[in-house]
Amino acid sequence: MSEATTPVDVHAAQVRKFKLQDMFFHQVTLVFAFIVLAALVGILISLAIEAMPVFREFGLGFLWTNVWNVPEDQYGALSAIYGTVVTSVIALIIAVPVSFGIALFLTETCPVWLRRPLGTAIELLAGVPSIIYGIWGLFVFAPLFAEHVQPYLQELVGDTPIISGWFAGPPIGIGILTAGIVLSLMVIPFVASVMRDVFETVPPQLKESAYGVGCTTWEVVTNIVLPYTRVGVIGGIMLGLGRALGETMAVTFVIGNANRIVGSLFAPGTSIASTLANEFGEADPGLHISSLFALGLVLFIITFIVLAISQWLIKRGIAKQGI
Amino acid sequence: MNLYSRRILINRIGIALSMIAMAFGLAALMWILWTLFYNGFNALSWDFFTQDTPAPGSEGGGLRNAIVGSLMIIGVTTLVSTPIGILAGIYLAEYGTTSKFAATTRFVTDIMLSAPSIVVGLFVYALVVATLGGFSGWAGSLALSLIAIPVVVRTTENMLLLVPTALREAAFAVGAPRWQVSLKVTLRAVKAGVVTGILLAIARVMGETAPLLFTALNNQFFSTDMSQPMGNLPVVIFQFAMSPYDNWVSLAWGGALLIALIVLAINIIARVLFRNKVSA
Repeated sequence: MSEATTPVDVHAAQVRKFKLQDMFFHQVTLVFAFIVLAALVGILISLAIEAMPVFREFGLGFLWTNVWNVPEDQYGALSAIYGTVVTSVIALIIAVPVSFGIALFLTETCPVWLRRPLGTAIELLAGVPSIIYGIWGLFVFAPLFAEHVQPYLQELVGDTPIISGWFAGPPIGIGILTAGIVLSLMVIPFVASVMRDVFETVPPQLKESAYGVGCTTWEVVTNIVLPYTRVGVIGGIMLGLGRALGETMAVTFVIGNANRIVGSLFAPGTSIASTLANEFGEADPGLHISSLFALGLVLFIITFIVLAISQWLIKRGIAKQGI
Repeated sequence: MNLYSRRILINRIGIALSMIAMAFGLAALMWILWTLFYNGFNALSWDFFTQDTPAPGSEGGGLRNAIVGSLMIIGVTTLVSTPIGILAGIYLAEYGTTSKFAATTRFVTDIMLSAPSIVVGLFVYALVVATLGGFSGWAGSLALSLIAIPVVVRTTENMLLLVPTALREAAFAVGAPRWQVSLKVTLRAVKAGVVTGILLAIARVMGETAPLLFTALNNQFFSTDMSQPMGNLPVVIFQFAMSPYDNWVSLAWGGALLIALIVLAINIIARVLFRNKVSA
C-alpha cells in the first residue's frame, strides 16, 4: 500500500482496519461467553472424575446405601440424600402457602403506596447472606423452639400412630425440622418475588371482567389468576426447591450433623451440603474425599434438573404475557 | 347461611390469611435483623477492627485479618468477574440473539445463578487446590468469581437489550464499526444498569461461605499474601459461631452484622442508582 495517499485509499485501509477490529472484538466476546459455558461443563466433569473411585468401589449402590463409616471406609449417600430431601420438602410445605399469601397481598389487596416498600423489603430479605439465617437459627430460634414449641407439639400429637413417631425424641432444638423451618424462611423471598412477578402478568381485562360479574378477590385469585399463571407459579416453587436443596450454611448450623436416618423430625440428621461443609476440610485422601465429591455430584445433578425445569416453566409463564 | 354470605366469608378468610402471611414474612425479617443488631453491636468496638482473631481461650481480639482478607478476595473477584461478565453479556446481547450457542450459554448462566455454591467450592478445590498443592486466597477469588460472573452476564445482557435498535442503527449509519458501537454507544447508554449488576454481584459473594471453606480456608494471622490460606469474614463467622468460647461467638455476631450491613447498603445503593437512571 505504498500509494495510499489518495482519500479513497485511506478509507479502504480504514474500513479494512475496522473489519479486523470487529472480527477481533466478536471473537473476544465469544471466548468470554464460552468461558461461562465451559465453567459449568467443567464442574460436572471434574466432579465426575473425582467421584469415579467411589462408584468403582461401591457401584451405583452408593446412592441408596445407608452407611457412613469413616474409620472403616464404608460410604453410602442415603442418609445425606434423605436429609436434603426431607428438609427441602419441609421448607416448601411452609414456604409455598406463605409466599402465595404474600404475592396475593402485594398484587391484590395491598394499598398502592405500600406495594413498593413491602416488595423491596421482601427482595432485601432475599439478599441477606444465608450464614446469617444459620447463626440466627442456632442461637435464637433453636433454643426457643426446644423450650416452647417442641414439647407442645409432642403433647399435641400424643400417641397418634405414625405422626407421634415424627415428633419423638428429646426436644433439643437442632434437628431436621428446625433446619427445614430456617430453610423455609430463606426461600420465602425467592418464591414470593417470582409469584408476584407472574401474578402481575395477568391481563387486567381478565381480572376486571371477573370482578365485573361480581367475583370476590379470593375467587378472582383462585379462579382467574392461579389458572392463568399456573406454569410460572410452579416454576417459582421449583426455583425455591433448587435453592433449598443446595443451601449449605443455613442448614449446617441447625441440622445437628449426624450421618444416620431416624424417623423422628426432631432428631439430628445431615444433608449433602452440610456433610460437605463439615467433613471436606479434614477428609482423608482416597475413598473418603472421593465419596464427598460423589455427594457433590449427586447434589449438582439434582439441583441442575430442578433448576432447569424451573427456568423452562418461568420463561413459559412470563412469555404468556404477550397473548 | 346463604351462598352470598358464604362467599364473602371465604373471601374474608382468604384475605386475612394472606395478610397473616405478609405479617409473618415481615416479622421474620424484623426478628432476624433485630437479634443481629442487638448481638452484633455489642461486639463492635475499636479492637474489632484493629486486632486479629484471638487464639483459642484468649481474651478479646478482633477481626482485622478477616476483614482485610475478605476485602482482598472480593476485590480480586470484582476485577476478574467484571470484564469477563460484561464481555460475555455483550456477546449474548449483540451477537447471540439467534444462535444456539448463545441460547445454551444463557440457559447455563441462569442455572449457575442458583446452583449450590458449595459445589463451586468443590470444583475449585479439584481444579486448583489439589493440583497446585494448597489453599490460597487466589483459589477463593476464583470460586467467588464463578458465582459473580453469571450475575454480571445476565444484568449486562438484559440492560443492553433495553437499548433501542435505533440508537445502534444511528451509530452504524455514521460509519462506526461494531466494536465501537458496542463499547462506546450501547454499553455507555446502560452504564448505570451494568454498575448495578456489578454491585449486586459483589453483594451476592460478600456473604458466600461455602465456596471459601475449601479454597481460601482460613488464616488466624494477618496476611496479605494471596497465595497462602487467607482469613475471611464468612469462614471466621462459621468457625467462631460453632465454638465454645464466648468472645469468639460475640465476634461471630459482630462479623455477621458487618456483612449484613454491607450487603444491605450495596443493595440499597444499587436500587437507588438504577431507579434514578431508568426514570431519567
